[in-house]
Amino acid sequence: MRQESPVGKGPATRWRKPRFMPSMSAGGWHGLALISPPFAYSLLMLAAPLLLVFLLSMWTQNYLDLDRTFTMANYREAASEKLYQVLMIRSVVISVIVTIVTVLLAYPIAYYIAFYGGKRKAMWLLLITIPFWTSYLIRVFLWKVILGYNGVLNGSLIGMGFIEEPLTFILYNANAVVITLAHAWAPFAILPIFVSISRIDTSLLEAARDLGDGPLRRFLRVTLPLSMPGVVAATLIVFIPTVGDYVTPRLLGGTDGLMIANMIQIQFGKANNAPLGSALAVSAMVIVASISITFVLLNRRFLRAKG
Amino acid sequence: MKTPQKINDQIIAIEGVKKNFGDVTALDGVSLNIREGEFFSLLGPSGCGKTTLLRMISGFDSPSIGSVYIGGSDMTNVPPNERPTNMVFQSYAIFPHLNVAENVGYGLKKQKLPNDEINRRVEEALALVDLEGFGARESHALSGGQRQRVALARALIMKPKVLLLDEPLSALDKKLRETMQSELRKLQRTVGITFVLVTHDQEEALTMSDRIAVMFDGKIAQLDTPEGLYKRPKTKRVASFIGVMNFIPAKVVASTKTKLSLEVEFLGKINVTASNKIKPGDKITVGIRPEMLTILYGETDKADNVFSGMIVSASYYGDMTYYEVELKNTDINVMVSMRNTSGRPVLLTGTTARVGWGCESITVFDG
Repeated sequence: MRQESPVGKGPATRWRKPRFMPSMSAGGWHGLALISPPFAYSLLMLAAPLLLVFLLSMWTQNYLDLDRTFTMANYREAASEKLYQVLMIRSVVISVIVTIVTVLLAYPIAYYIAFYGGKRKAMWLLLITIPFWTSYLIRVFLWKVILGYNGVLNGSLIGMGFIEEPLTFILYNANAVVITLAHAWAPFAILPIFVSISRIDTSLLEAARDLGDGPLRRFLRVTLPLSMPGVVAATLIVFIPTVGDYVTPRLLGGTDGLMIANMIQIQFGKANNAPLGSALAVSAMVIVASISITFVLLNRRFLRAKG
Repeated sequence: MKTPQKINDQIIAIEGVKKNFGDVTALDGVSLNIREGEFFSLLGPSGCGKTTLLRMISGFDSPSIGSVYIGGSDMTNVPPNERPTNMVFQSYAIFPHLNVAENVGYGLKKQKLPNDEINRRVEEALALVDLEGFGARESHALSGGQRQRVALARALIMKPKVLLLDEPLSALDKKLRETMQSELRKLQRTVGITFVLVTHDQEEALTMSDRIAVMFDGKIAQLDTPEGLYKRPKTKRVASFIGVMNFIPAKVVASTKTKLSLEVEFLGKINVTASNKIKPGDKITVGIRPEMLTILYGETDKADNVFSGMIVSASYYGDMTYYEVELKNTDINVMVSMRNTSGRPVLLTGTTARVGWGCESITVFDG
């Protein structure tokens, strides 16, 4: 792109090149140089494996080698086989329940810290991260200890005379998975909700009060809508990874609590059918993405408003 | 509309209110009556307690000691949502997730009115603040002045007994502020609602208010009309807060019922009019406004008292020029404001000038 100088005077040669090019490209190269290490990293660690999974899902496993002719057979099997459907639906249902439970429990905590944390906000936030100081596996095993047949919960309830027989519906099924995941993901839900509640201008809350709202109406009409960006973020942060979780269902889910990720693992491992596993993984990804996008679109009016 | 008998009805009565925030005393025994239909201002520097007092009327703060009555009933412990007051916040507090019409109609939603009625009243309120047709605008697309109008409409639609305004003009630029001052005044006359304004800007308070309470350190220093405050300030602090005033220490030489003869150090005798119980020998401070002093141009110009001095600075404002004059043989500098007319060229810094001082226009302060 060439352009003439709007200023007529000055040596002609000086204006021959478009003036913005050198500085722009210098800045551009500088920026590129800055982002290239993380860019290369994500290309290598994220894009390449993802591409590989896509390719793999359209190939076929012939015992020891791969048939690289393009086929959609894996996807057809993933979609039609009853077992995969059940696992997929169960994964989504468990994740949705985990997300709802987590966000509902996280909201009051975030609300409390944001409005009543006072000078101790930092301490509260630190306390919330304490569970992360131990490994996730250890936390899962601890839940086994708590929820088990002779576990802490049953022992206490029997000891206090509330029940005669140990409860069995709390371990080795979907309930155990929900309880454990909700606990594990709570901080990830609390933090974004806390941030968006903290950002609400207190004069807005006073204005609602001034215009006649009691505490409940004010919460529903001002606090909740204005904290929705945090709620939406918390929902996505919890929902997306939990659909693909496989450690928790494997250790606590029993047979009723297995999820799609366990099946993907089996396909890549014992079943020795990486292409089918890839097709299941891609399908799960598409389903999670469409649910997430729909959710964001449904909430877009809350996300648009500038806090 | 204001009627003479209505203006004597008090709408707000504040009785012996004290407020402490921890060790800090925000209000230290304030009693005050605000009349129905008047434009009342609470004026003072930041930290004087004026905002706390406003928040006490609105219900966001409650007094440590004392009572607040609104419309004859005790509101001391009534929450803000149950008070017949509405507030225009300093930040305007426009709900960012609602559009203009939803913001304005916010308070009506609770009253379970039919939608048509709400829409009609929202349009009416928007028309009142010159924002017809703005209902569908998103609130974040509004300018500062428009936000303020929305905040006004949102409060006025509630038909409050008292409208509270917390420094509503401080976020606007000078030009817009001046326009809004006169518009607010007109609006108050149109709706006839009592307005209580908090401001630190004395000019704003003077131009808009029927009465002003000047506050310092959690107390009311003086409550008067704008003219009363300007012409008859009770203390030096009030005098220097409201406009500019020259203070000159002096000693009383002789006094009659209406005249004082004063002795000013280095300056000699001045004769002034002041009916006071000041005895000869008292040390006092004489206050005089810049516009009550004149620069005498011709040799023939006369005044009750004339002093010569040197102009140390001249600020030209178009219609007026403000001179700072150092009086001869003293360390006293006085501000003199002169209307610029054809016979009076602007004098330069460094020129000598004669300052004329009428004897009728001074205020006498103790000490």
